[in-house]
Amino acid sequence: MRRIKIPIGPQHPALKEPISLRMTIEGELIKDADIKLGYNHRGIEKLAESKTFIQNIYLMERICGICSHSHTTCYVQGVETLCELEVPRRGLYLRALVCELERIHSHCLWLGVAAHEAGFDSLFMYTWRDREVVMDLLETISGNRVHYAINTIGGVRRDINIAQKERILEGIQFLKKRIEYYTNLGTTEPTFVARIAGVGVLSKEKTMSLCAVGPTLRASGVASDIRKDDPYAAYSEIPFEICTADTCDVLGRVVVRVKEVIESIKIIEYIIRNLPDGEIKVKAPRKVKEGEVVSRYEAPRGENIHYIKSNGTDKPERLKVRAPTLANYPATIEMLKNCFIADIPLIFAAIDPCICCAERFVEIIDKRKGSSEILRMSDIKKRYTNKEIKRDAVWPF
Amino acid sequence: MAILETLFYLFVYPGVIFLFVYSTFCEWFDRKLYARLQNRIGPAYTGRAGILQPVADFFKLLFKEDIVPEKADRIIFSSLPVIGLATVITAGLYLPLWNFELTRSGFNSFQGDIIVVLYLLSLPTLIFFLAGWHSTNFFSTIGGVRVLTMLFGYEVPLFLAVLSPAVVADSWRLAEIADFYQKFPFLLFFQVIGFFVAVISLQAKLERTPFDIPHAETEIVGGTFTEYSGKKFAFFRLMTDIELVVGSGLIATVFMAGFSNGIFASFFKFVLKTLIVISILSLIRATFSRIRVDQMVGFAWKYLTPLAVLQLLISIIVKGIIQ
Repeated sequence: MRRIKIPIGPQHPALKEPISLRMTIEGELIKDADIKLGYNHRGIEKLAESKTFIQNIYLMERICGICSHSHTTCYVQGVETLCELEVPRRGLYLRALVCELERIHSHCLWLGVAAHEAGFDSLFMYTWRDREVVMDLLETISGNRVHYAINTIGGVRRDINIAQKERILEGIQFLKKRIEYYTNLGTTEPTFVARIAGVGVLSKEKTMSLCAVGPTLRASGVASDIRKDDPYAAYSEIPFEICTADTCDVLGRVVVRVKEVIESIKIIEYIIRNLPDGEIKVKAPRKVKEGEVVSRYEAPRGENIHYIKSNGTDKPERLKVRAPTLANYPATIEMLKNCFIADIPLIFAAIDPCICCAERFVEIIDKRKGSSEILRMSDIKKRYTNKEIKRDAVWPF
Repeated sequence: MAILETLFYLFVYPGVIFLFVYSTFCEWFDRKLYARLQNRIGPAYTGRAGILQPVADFFKLLFKEDIVPEKADRIIFSSLPVIGLATVITAGLYLPLWNFELTRSGFNSFQGDIIVVLYLLSLPTLIFFLAGWHSTNFFSTIGGVRVLTMLFGYEVPLFLAVLSPAVVADSWRLAEIADFYQKFPFLLFFQVIGFFVAVISLQAKLERTPFDIPHAETEIVGGTFTEYSGKKFAFFRLMTDIELVVGSGLIATVFMAGFSNGIFASFFKFVLKTLIVISILSLIRATFSRIRVDQMVGFAWKYLTPLAVLQLLISIIVKGIIQ
């Protein structure tokens, strides 16, 4: 049969953000896949170098709308390590509380998106309706629905009171019932299961060698979770289990995520009942000591890494973000091979892609020479730092 | 007078105007029910409770920019929506809405009209395939191929299921089949399996979830309709709506004893019975997720066709007993 190439993206209904998946297909079967990035580069890392450490918290929040708390926590933890700050326990617990609420909201959102990709719009509508509950809880805690802005260097910015605690407990009780229902629905509804079982299979060895992270990794039976492996915030004190599945397919990824939501609800209950008293933050210095640090964090999508280098001023010299989606791309290509066209949106959605998080390079095309080159941030820096940049220029310059 | 009557029949009731009005109402009913099942409000602004929304959509689409792909065959590409619309409206004429008088057979009520309706309802599938193929777009081509693949799945069970009541009634004329079951309504209980087979096959024919494979949005964009816009797309949408009405009307005729006794009684029976069928179709649409094309064909041949054959067998036995 003749092989044809079809482009999925950069503009396609299955994609919420621009990325190009180029599929080589034979009939309905995918024979080869390729991913092309770079449609959504925003230059955040460069921007971070011109802002102070405090300003950068709010910049990091805007890397991603869904895991906004993940990026800020990862960042402030790094800065706190550099400053050698001891964050009060109450602050750490509140940070973990927002983390888990965010995980619930992210996974509910994902379940809805996955259902929509499979053409199961009813489940999509229901999960997104119930996601509003957790969004409201986040609003009661932080005042915002998406960018919570609760983290600061040295702790958190807002405390919670007894009334808020009660509302959270009430809200998660409701969510627990609903999530149990969706767990049942998502793993037993025959047409939905027919679409996700045995699709996008990736063996345990392959998953590990391709460095997949998060639920993609855990769905292949690898019990790896940064919250357990390298505990941060209050996770060393909170009892919880790592959720895994051994089916290695999209069904496994659904199971892992719904299990994680239930686990998160348990963690939240524990945090609310065992919230220590005391301060929520310590005062942080404006200037950060010289040094470099790597901070790890288990975002809803997987391991999030921030590398921060400070030169003793109030601005970072280098800030590098490795979002979980980027780590999952090699595994995605492997999963897509020998699947049906109908499975593309499901397999791609199963890694919970956040495309703009993972954009870290630009392609420079010289029209006159007809040449193109892909540049990373460090390459651009090497090339252009010697030139004088007019920083304080007044518009129009 | 005879000419006037025929013209009235063709253009007013149950011809073009009635089918247009009623099919838009059915689309609204389907959308509203589907939305309520999903805990949404559904159309709400145009007309009372959004009842005019499908009409508004239709007229809005008429005034939208109409693009024909450069490489597409202009004549075929443009004529397909019109031909499709004409086919389903013609199929609508054969429903025994006005022509229930058994003694008077005319151009639209004769022995074998059930086959004509089934045939006319098969044509839209071919038109979808041609539309996809002539769009010269990868997504449309894949959609067109999927349309044909699905046709081989649902067409056989649909025919078997719809024809088995005709076997018991010993007639190939819709009005006579309906009249037969009016006289012996208890015989309909033997047609329950066939009814559900026919409803599921109709769902597949109308390309609605779980069988909306040829225009699966998240996989192949608009599928067959990717390149269609403006007037042509409006006609395709209207065509699907009318197909919904005619298909459910056909099922209501053969499985629910038709619509007889007077113009007004037949009108109300038609509305009631088609809405029951459409409700079942909406319920199916809301409860399932889209399946793959190979799973669909597998399902049709593993379950639907054997059940339809079983139904045919039951019908033959019932016929033997009542004789």
